[in-house]
Amino acid sequence: MIKNEDTITAIATPNGTGAIAIIRISGDKSFENADKIFTGRIKICEAKTHTIHYGKILGKDKELIDDVMISVFIAPHSYTGEDSVEISAHGNPFVAKKIIELLVENGVRLAEPGEFTKRAFLNGKLDLSQAEAVVDVINSSADAALRGARNQLDGLLSKKVTELRTLLVNTSSLVELELDFAEEDIEFVDRKELISRIEKIISEISLLLKSYEFGKIIRDGVNVALVGKPNVGKSSLLNYLLKESRAIVSEIPGTTRDIIREEVTIGGILFRLFDTAGIRPSDDAIEKEGITRSKEAIKNSDLVIFLNDVENGVSQGMYNQLCELTEPKKIITVLNKVDLSKNPGIGADVYISAKTGYGINNLLEELKEKSFGDSTYSEKSAIVSNVRHFDCLRKAKENLLKAKQSAEQSLSGEFVSVDLRNAESVLGEIIGEVTSEDILNNIFSKFCIGK
Amino acid sequence: MKEYDVIVIGGGHAGVEAACIAAKMGCSVALTTMDKNAMGRMSCNPAIGGTAKGHLVHEIDALGGVMGQISDRTGIQFRMLNKSKGPAVWSSRCQSDRELYSKEALRVVESHANIEIVNASVNGVLAENGKVKGVTTSEGKEILSKAVVLSSGTFLNGLMYTGLKSVSGGRYGEPPARGITESLIELGFESGRLKTGTPPRLRKSSIDWSVLEVQPGDIDPKPFSLRTDKSQFPFLPQMNCHITYTSPQVHDILRKGFDNSPLFTGVIKGVGPRYCPSIEDKIVRFSERTQHQLFLEPEGLDSDLIYVNGFSTSLPADIQLEAINSIKGLEKAEMVRPGYAVEYDFFPPHQVDLTLETKLIQGLYFAGQINGTSGYEEAAAQGLIAGINAALKVKNEGELVLKRSESYIGVLIDDLVTKSTEEPYRMFTSRAEHRLLLRQDNCDRRLLKYGHKIGAIPDEMYAEFERKEKLILDGIAFCNNKKFHARDINPFFESKGQPGIDSTETISKLCKRPEMTLKELLEAVKDDSNEIIKEILSNQLVLEQIEIELKYEGYIKRQYEAVERTDRYENTNIPLSFNYLSLKPLSTEGREKLNKVKPRSIGQASRISGVTPSDISILLVYLKN
Repeated sequence: MIKNEDTITAIATPNGTGAIAIIRISGDKSFENADKIFTGRIKICEAKTHTIHYGKILGKDKELIDDVMISVFIAPHSYTGEDSVEISAHGNPFVAKKIIELLVENGVRLAEPGEFTKRAFLNGKLDLSQAEAVVDVINSSADAALRGARNQLDGLLSKKVTELRTLLVNTSSLVELELDFAEEDIEFVDRKELISRIEKIISEISLLLKSYEFGKIIRDGVNVALVGKPNVGKSSLLNYLLKESRAIVSEIPGTTRDIIREEVTIGGILFRLFDTAGIRPSDDAIEKEGITRSKEAIKNSDLVIFLNDVENGVSQGMYNQLCELTEPKKIITVLNKVDLSKNPGIGADVYISAKTGYGINNLLEELKEKSFGDSTYSEKSAIVSNVRHFDCLRKAKENLLKAKQSAEQSLSGEFVSVDLRNAESVLGEIIGEVTSEDILNNIFSKFCIGK
Repeated sequence: MKEYDVIVIGGGHAGVEAACIAAKMGCSVALTTMDKNAMGRMSCNPAIGGTAKGHLVHEIDALGGVMGQISDRTGIQFRMLNKSKGPAVWSSRCQSDRELYSKEALRVVESHANIEIVNASVNGVLAENGKVKGVTTSEGKEILSKAVVLSSGTFLNGLMYTGLKSVSGGRYGEPPARGITESLIELGFESGRLKTGTPPRLRKSSIDWSVLEVQPGDIDPKPFSLRTDKSQFPFLPQMNCHITYTSPQVHDILRKGFDNSPLFTGVIKGVGPRYCPSIEDKIVRFSERTQHQLFLEPEGLDSDLIYVNGFSTSLPADIQLEAINSIKGLEKAEMVRPGYAVEYDFFPPHQVDLTLETKLIQGLYFAGQINGTSGYEEAAAQGLIAGINAALKVKNEGELVLKRSESYIGVLIDDLVTKSTEEPYRMFTSRAEHRLLLRQDNCDRRLLKYGHKIGAIPDEMYAEFERKEKLILDGIAFCNNKKFHARDINPFFESKGQPGIDSTETISKLCKRPEMTLKELLEAVKDDSNEIIKEILSNQLVLEQIEIELKYEGYIKRQYEAVERTDRYENTNIPLSFNYLSLKPLSTEGREKLNKVKPRSIGQASRISGVTPSDISILLVYLKN
């Protein structure tokens, strides 16, 4: 039996230094244990649910560990469905670790990976697809990713898949009718109608499959390589974008020959900008190494900003070189420094001035547009962002294609039915209809500790 | 006082199978019936088989049951349904001579030396400390036994309706069985009420046959039983059925009787089958239809009765006759007996285990309509399984539970136990998720081993089967390896107007061409000295098996893969003692249902309605820990 009685704890925020660190405690003895280390105006045991309390965490010798805020959640109104508290401490890893140690000394157990979610799941707080979406909430690094993941929490994908499954069940019924009631005086659906119904479901699934690309973008972000000859204004553009963006997530400086990576969030999408060293041939050993890395970065990028300036125009030679490394449709050709000339020239997709900010909005729009390709998804659509869901849908589509093939070959209904039913069951797996231990194990092991 | 091994209550289709199989397995059996001449009586239509039901009869036969043989000897029209479709849905059906069927059933029962037919009306089940002891009869006698199979059909507090008039009885002219329901309720069982119906019977000589559409039997009829001597089959002269239709005028007449319909006025509380509605139900539910098809089926070779299939009704008799006389060909038809509805007690089948033993009383088995099924074949299948398990229990030799992936019988019982039923349950091929594997043609390959193991299939028959099985497997291997060269086979294809091959191709591959038969291909090898080809060609059944396996290989393989996937859950057992009530994380409904059904495996648990996927995940997590 599961040791559901014991109380568990873990740091709920990402590793490293942040503004705050949250320590979560869940289980029957959460309040009792919180009181053992916390001193405030009232006891946590006596606090009402969904209240927040200021106080101090004191060590064994009553020494001050940190000033904290404690949020109280009384079962079943918590994430796990059990009594739980969340301690918001200062974002110093050593402080958070010290608090955890104190709790463990008092008999609270360190949570296993995914254990909070497992409990939430066992207490009926989440269904399977919701539990999986939690992985994405935890891992998402930008706002849109959060919205996409929350969408799933609200069951948008479940709803869509349930709809498709109903359509499929309806279609199967028509096939079954012909098999079990052949003696009856009723009209059976003709093959053309059957095929067109199957095709309709295939096309709906194809749309969902396509949304996976979009889902990936909002979950993983977009890698953009910034390429151009020296002095075309790469740094100014980068600086401008950083100034415009809401947050600098990281900065990894290196030697002048290294690639500089910046992360910016534009319109809710995370862009990872790689400032490349250039790709022109060189004999210099260090520069050669830099060039190799740049080429690698371009190959691995989702998009390339190819920056030129009005003084020299668009470099056709460099463009051709780029085309050898990546697809032309991934390249955004930009002409910078339009403030310097009344006649900006031709051949670029976007005209900007990194100095005045002219045209930057167009560039951002272009970045977003190119990222999403021709997809028409909004964050309100059902989006597939989870690789298991993608896989199930892909299998369902394969099954349906087989069913369609059987129907086209005029095979008897029971053969069409085999694949229709397989499709039904893989769709069922998305909404948890046919869950398997493997799925569960996989889900729970994917969670970071204690999330 | 004598103690029998097994008492079987009721001599219907379930009772006959239960008694015969238990006797074959060496048990002493008392078969109680109110009238031994009603043995195996067909209460409703004079036919055996049909879609999925034909499969059941074949399976019963492979396990050592008697229904197939009785049907073969008394059939007066044999048809293979769904012949235009694939082999998995081919279903045998026959019209039977009602009187001869009963006589043959009695003869078969009497041929078992250790079955004693006891003429009695049982009115109670005796149990002590949760174990069955025997039964009591209306004459106040006790009959003792180690096991009891209760297969009382529609007789438990049976009430027959024609119009608003009702008569007590389980079947036309036969009294109901009283006391059993009450005795079971006292033991703690929960009962329910179901309804079924039967159409009027007409006098054969009063029908104008000349204007009716004829429905003949197959030219090349196939028997149900593996044991039937094909040289003598069919045993009886063959007859035709006829088809006619209702009309708007007929519907108008029937509507006049709605005010006196026990169905529409709410007098009948029991739930009827949706797949076999009464004619009045059809008119109301499908009001857009201007006609309904009716089959006129002969009740026997010498019988002057005609069964009007499709016209089941409980409307007043005068309305029935007026409507009948407005139907083409039936203008002057004489109604010998009106249709009626019968309402009877059943015991929702979640109360039995997969062996059909009740969960409440050890040694007590339920089979047939008492478990909420409808149909002779469904009843017989349960009677057989209940009889086998009762005998195994008496002999202390374990149990027989068939899997969903190996038989329709497995599907039937699992459905009943796991999902219970609120309407009379009948089998359909679509209930079987592994349908392509559960064919009539491979019943012996699926089930004969069980029949042999329990001693119901003789050794020599089984040895013959094993020889056949070896030939099938060798034959498949041969076809997978034997290659044709383009230069040898292309002229043959050309002569058939078919595309040739490029270099070489196996027989297996070529057999997948829809227009190719295995026979043609084997003959095209043109090797008279090849023993295996000769053997295959000389055995029609082997040829058919190999051809099906090769032609549908891709589909069959996928079904096997699906079985493998589900087998993991089917094989994850849940202890009977598992305490669901203390498992708080389960949904409330899931917890209650699981506690009620007490599934044997995760697979079974997952099929219980109201048990959610997260309930299953929770069970998995708990079972693992």
